[in-house]
Amino acid sequence: MRAFTRLQGIAVPLMRSNIDTDAIIPKQFLKSIKRSGFGKNLFDDWRYLDTGEPGQDVSERQPDPEFVLNQGRYRGAEVLLAGENFGCGSSREHAVWALDDYGIRAVIAPDFADIFHNNSFKSGLLPIRLEKTIVEQLAKECETSEGYQLSIDLEAQTVTTPGGEVFAFEVDAFRKDCLLNGLDDIELTLQQRTRIKDYESRRRESAPWLFSVPQLEPDAGEQ
Amino acid sequence: MPGKTLYDKVWDAHIVNQQEDGTVLLYIDRHLVHEVTSPQAFEGLQIAGRKPWRTGSMLAVADHNVPTQGRDQGIADPVSRLQVETLDANCATFGVTEFRMNDLRQGIVHVIGPEQGATLPGMTVVCGDSHTSTHGAFGALAFGIGTSEVEHVMATQTILQKKAKNMLVSVDGQVGPGVTAKDIVLAVIGRIGTAGGNGCTIEFGGDAIRALSMEGRMTVCNMSIEAGARAGMIGVDQTTVDYLKERPFAPRGEMFAQAEAAWLDLKSDADAHFDEVVHIDAASIEPQVTWGTSPEMVTGVGGAVPDPVSLEQAKVEGARRALEYMDLEPATPMKDIKLDRVFIGSCTNSRIEDLRAAAAVIGDRRVADSVKQAMVVPGSGLVKLQAEEEGLDKIFINAGFEWRDPGCSMCLAMNADRLEAGERCASTSNRNFEGRQGQGGRTHLVSPAMAAAAALAGHFVDVRTF
Repeated sequence: MRAFTRLQGIAVPLMRSNIDTDAIIPKQFLKSIKRSGFGKNLFDDWRYLDTGEPGQDVSERQPDPEFVLNQGRYRGAEVLLAGENFGCGSSREHAVWALDDYGIRAVIAPDFADIFHNNSFKSGLLPIRLEKTIVEQLAKECETSEGYQLSIDLEAQTVTTPGGEVFAFEVDAFRKDCLLNGLDDIELTLQQRTRIKDYESRRRESAPWLFSVPQLEPDAGEQ
Repeated sequence: MPGKTLYDKVWDAHIVNQQEDGTVLLYIDRHLVHEVTSPQAFEGLQIAGRKPWRTGSMLAVADHNVPTQGRDQGIADPVSRLQVETLDANCATFGVTEFRMNDLRQGIVHVIGPEQGATLPGMTVVCGDSHTSTHGAFGALAFGIGTSEVEHVMATQTILQKKAKNMLVSVDGQVGPGVTAKDIVLAVIGRIGTAGGNGCTIEFGGDAIRALSMEGRMTVCNMSIEAGARAGMIGVDQTTVDYLKERPFAPRGEMFAQAEAAWLDLKSDADAHFDEVVHIDAASIEPQVTWGTSPEMVTGVGGAVPDPVSLEQAKVEGARRALEYMDLEPATPMKDIKLDRVFIGSCTNSRIEDLRAAAAVIGDRRVADSVKQAMVVPGSGLVKLQAEEEGLDKIFINAGFEWRDPGCSMCLAMNADRLEAGERCASTSNRNFEGRQGQGGRTHLVSPAMAAAAALAGHFVDVRTF
């Protein structure tokens, strides 16, 4: 996984509540069996006036000029400011991949849906919870000042405004360590192989039904 | 020391290791897999040269992309077809049990898991799908995960997680006639909000929950994610145990008896501590209909579309936007809302009991002429077969419904079943998000009985007096 340490980048405000993962990346793009290439369809229904389908040539589509990501001043944005309960709905990690592929490295919101929050850390996207009033303040500053950039320091757990105001945020120690060092948590977990095997042996004794595998006929009940 | 909640018990029984910051390595008993969120995980395994830790814990099925008609001709959309073929190939390569598209046991992953007895009380169950919460109806700890976590579970049989808080939603007393599990859970979401369960595992309790069948309990737990909860759970009782007997993946004979004794202890202790408790009076719940683009935007069928300015400040802007998208005016009675399509299906409401409830409303009546399409998509091949044995298919077909093959279908419109822009649908699914059932489509969530009644009338009606 790509490490996240420090970032200074253009912020873009999308201050709606309950932005769901269907909005972040609509379902038709989930048919891809790849991890990359979702950025051009990030917020597809909001970003384009025509209907999005997989495999389109984006240069021939009609962007909605009203939508923030289509406004020149936010080009190259790396920090997304959003409303409450960001990332609710489906578990699709494609939502994180789409934000990442577009170039967003951090999302700042009052709170996040649980699965989205987990998924973010797995792909090197930093979700930052700040008080609603603070996020609203940042969004307002962002709207009134073109080229507004936020500085994020994961080690110090701070967000700093261009005016020098500093806001602290919380992050789990383990997740912070994984992000700072770009650690692959599967490899880390496999270092505990013996513990997992010991647990399994105990459970096989106390709850053997959890490990029984039925003998199914592979072709039973063909329609 | 206070007693334990059901969540505490299942959580504690699965701890492999706990770090200082509270992060737990949690053992996973059952891993359900579908075609949309697994290809990148299988690819990750392959690239790293890893094998699944325990293929016996896995059960795979394609459900999101499969067509619901003309299956003998395969999948027309090449992109969908590739995704399903990729699942088939991965399962063959890694030795994972899969019910393929034309197997009678194929269906929506959250329908077939319980139907096969692959979901058992006290298990930890994961799937790359948010509606994995469904399986909590069995006293299991079940939650959706992203693709990176799917790969992590495949490779290690564990997940890294911190414990959520305990929340109890007690639905006290009994619901009136015509009020179903779907109405209960929509009313709960209406009360606590779509983020009301954030950071929590919700246990559903109270007499109205105890009175539900396993199908009803699955409907309730299915939508706990719509309240933002990590998982929904219901304590084990005789209803749970009876459902599991003779299921293919469930234990048999003496092992079943041994398991049953352990399962019946899977309920919260009387003195267990909950961080949050919500009481809802079951008798006050009427059949529910959503009016907006979030499941919390819901009201009783006797109600009307609210005026956004009457809502609390934080919700005004969202409601305005929702009404604009839904093309609805404040104060419109719900019963005046006319429908273009009706969809009965999804992991929320496509089980045999749901189809029976819809068929019972229909009787010998017909779908209104103004409704362009009404469709029933059973949750699995076995549900479909059972319904046909009971003659339900005839009732639907005679009324003008289409009788389809099992899959996720128009719940999320990844296959060919979808709404056109501007169309309005009464749907038994779980999400009324913008574009969920097709770009520009407008979704109203209801119970199967309410959806059937709406199909006959052409607009919403109170199923209790219809």
